[in-house]
Amino acid sequence: QQTKENFLSKITKAIAGKSTVDEEVLDNLEEALVGADVGIDTTVQIIERIETRVAKDKYLNTTELNNILQQEIEAMLVDAPSANSYAFDSELPSKPYVIMVVGVNGVGKTTTIGKLAHNFKKAGKNVLLGAADTFRAAAVDQLTIWSERAGVPIVKQDMGSDPAAVAFDTVQSGVSRGSDVILIDTAGRLHNKAHLMDELSKIRRVMQKVIPDAPHEVLLVLDGSTGQNALEQAKHFTAATDVTALAITKLDGTAKGGVVLAIANQFKIPVKFIGVGEKMEDLLVFNKHEFVDSLFNLEK
Amino acid sequence: MFESLSERLDSAFKSLKGEGRITELNIAATVKEIRRALIDADVNYKIAKEFTDKVKDAVLGEKVITAISPGQLMTKIVKDELTELMGGNEVELNAKGNPAIILIAGLQGSGKTTFSGKLANYLKGKKGFSPMLVAADIYRPAAIDQLKVLGGQIGVDVYSEPENKDAVSIAQNAVKEAKTRNKNVLIIDTAGRLAVDEVMMTEVANVKNAVNPQEILFVVDSMTGQDAVNTAKAFNDRLNFSGVVLTKLDGDTRGGAALSIKYTVDKPIKFISSGEKMDTLDVFYPERMAQRILGMGDITTLVEKA
Ligand SMILES: Nc1nc2c(ncn2[C@@H]2O[C@H](COP(=O)(O)OP(=O)(O)OP(=O)(O)O)[C@@H](O)[C@H]2O)c(=O)[nH]1
Ligand SMILES: Nc1nc2c(ncn2[C@@H]2O[C@H](COP(=O)(O)OP(=O)(O)OP(=O)(O)O)[C@@H](O)[C@H]2O)c(=O)[nH]1
Ligand SMILES: [Mg+2]
Ligand SMILES: [Mg+2]
Repeated sequence: QQTKENFLSKITKAIAGKSTVDEEVLDNLEEALVGADVGIDTTVQIIERIETRVAKDKYLNTTELNNILQQEIEAMLVDAPSANSYAFDSELPSKPYVIMVVGVNGVGKTTTIGKLAHNFKKAGKNVLLGAADTFRAAAVDQLTIWSERAGVPIVKQDMGSDPAAVAFDTVQSGVSRGSDVILIDTAGRLHNKAHLMDELSKIRRVMQKVIPDAPHEVLLVLDGSTGQNALEQAKHFTAATDVTALAITKLDGTAKGGVVLAIANQFKIPVKFIGVGEKMEDLLVFNKHEFVDSLFNLEK
Repeated sequence: MFESLSERLDSAFKSLKGEGRITELNIAATVKEIRRALIDADVNYKIAKEFTDKVKDAVLGEKVITAISPGQLMTKIVKDELTELMGGNEVELNAKGNPAIILIAGLQGSGKTTFSGKLANYLKGKKGFSPMLVAADIYRPAAIDQLKVLGGQIGVDVYSEPENKDAVSIAQNAVKEAKTRNKNVLIIDTAGRLAVDEVMMTEVANVKNAVNPQEILFVVDSMTGQDAVNTAKAFNDRLNFSGVVLTKLDGDTRGGAALSIKYTVDKPIKFISSGEKMDTLDVFYPERMAQRILGMGDITTLVEKA
């Protein structure tokens, strides 16, 4: 709290009565934003927006500047289109609602699925998991444990089997069981590996043989401690699978996850969930205001 | 990539034309470009600043050589400084002992278990080593199964106690077991943990104190951003680790975290991990890493050609 106020009052002092932001302000803002992994381009963009606002609004005090900063940064975080917004306990846009979870290795896909399953189940939904990571050592065992924890069924095949076939089976089974939500786990893959990205497109296409508009959500999971490479991840996963939403994990640590600001801004993908721990309960629905606030929370 | 950085530097150097020596004033834009390139590569903000200030001091007063472009000259100087910083005190893995104990630690999902398998595989291929993997992650779902699958792939024993919920005693028992099984290197895979998780940091410190490892390797995802500094420092404060492992370098990340970590804790980077298969382990080359961080191809040949 202390640091945050110092930071803001420094900025205020530096901009007060001026129509442009001077070097000192730039340095301070830069340090806070770049240090939170926001990246230079986006940081510069934010500074420019602030400059414009300051020139126009002739704000006066710290509170107002704080508000402007909050507003401008929040404006970069897009909202989900109404067709794609839902709460755990509200009626889902379709039945079954298929969520395919993708991302690079080790970001927290499987864990996030376990948490989502728990939340949907708690809200009274019938959930089905599909173990389409048939590659990573013990990936199916791991998802099976999550299915037991959350108390939801799972469709799985042997390790090494075709992930698209597992996804197909899962969706088909979900339709016949009358599942409300289907969560498809996929193997972690680095976005620069073309054949693995093609595999993902294939998994997606195969599900469409059962439900033409599936998957209804493609959730890209990003590790909150990842730096600028997350932009490349967003770019390539979107190209392969039309990512519709982001989840940022591991925000219970000191990393700020600021790179999602750039991603949301550049690719217009909304952030929906935040992972704040390894337990079933450690999933939060994304809150713009709190997220932006945490970017400037420099102590710890 | 190299072209773009050196082009950017060249244009930043335009103002320098006709001036004989590098001065604080005429180099300002160049320094800014380099700093920016480093930050884009995820080098910690403060470290990028300190590093470029140092480079700047080193070149002040130098003559601007006209034979090659100033941008390339500057890039080369930066690359050399970076290489030196990333290298230095190169130390071989210490796997001597009976058994030698290697403790693996790091954040969640950084690649510890996979690396443990790779290291076991690497040592197995060396004369005189008979490794055993130890499953001391008692938290992650199916952590033991994962290590067992990897152990199976490479033909290395995995020691585990599925019912035991105490990582310290698992590690201690494994040491005893190693003697009966005639294994002379133990690789202890631990659970992922956040540096701010006091209970978990205490656990791994307790494992360390109980078994006295020859090597403690800190495994870090090469895609890590600005937080790499905090994490490396916190783990080093608690464990005084002996080396760093950079993972997932088969991706396209520039990997500036490597510089941040080296700069912050000054521990050697001992291995790089670049794939999910068990044979994708490599020793670390400082020059390659420096080039990668700067986003360049083989700059040396370019500069020599110029
Ligand atoms: N602290 C913390 N740890 C997390 C969070 N989400 C996941 N993890 C941990 O991160 C590690 C990797 O999580 P997984 O769910 O296996 O990641 P994944 O993306 O499925 O990994 P792969 O399938 O191997 O690509 C595990 O140790 C999880 O417990 C989080 O929000 N906070
Ligand atoms: N592409 C690539 N993937 C890797 C590399 N190292 C590990 N992985 C993958 O990254 C994911 C996480 O690796 P793990 O070895 O499970 O990581 P961990 O640190 O043991 O994870 P926790 O025990 O949950 O903290 C898995 O999908 C691995 O296959 C690497 O060098 N390259
Ligand atoms: Mg997984
Ligand atoms: Mg592990």
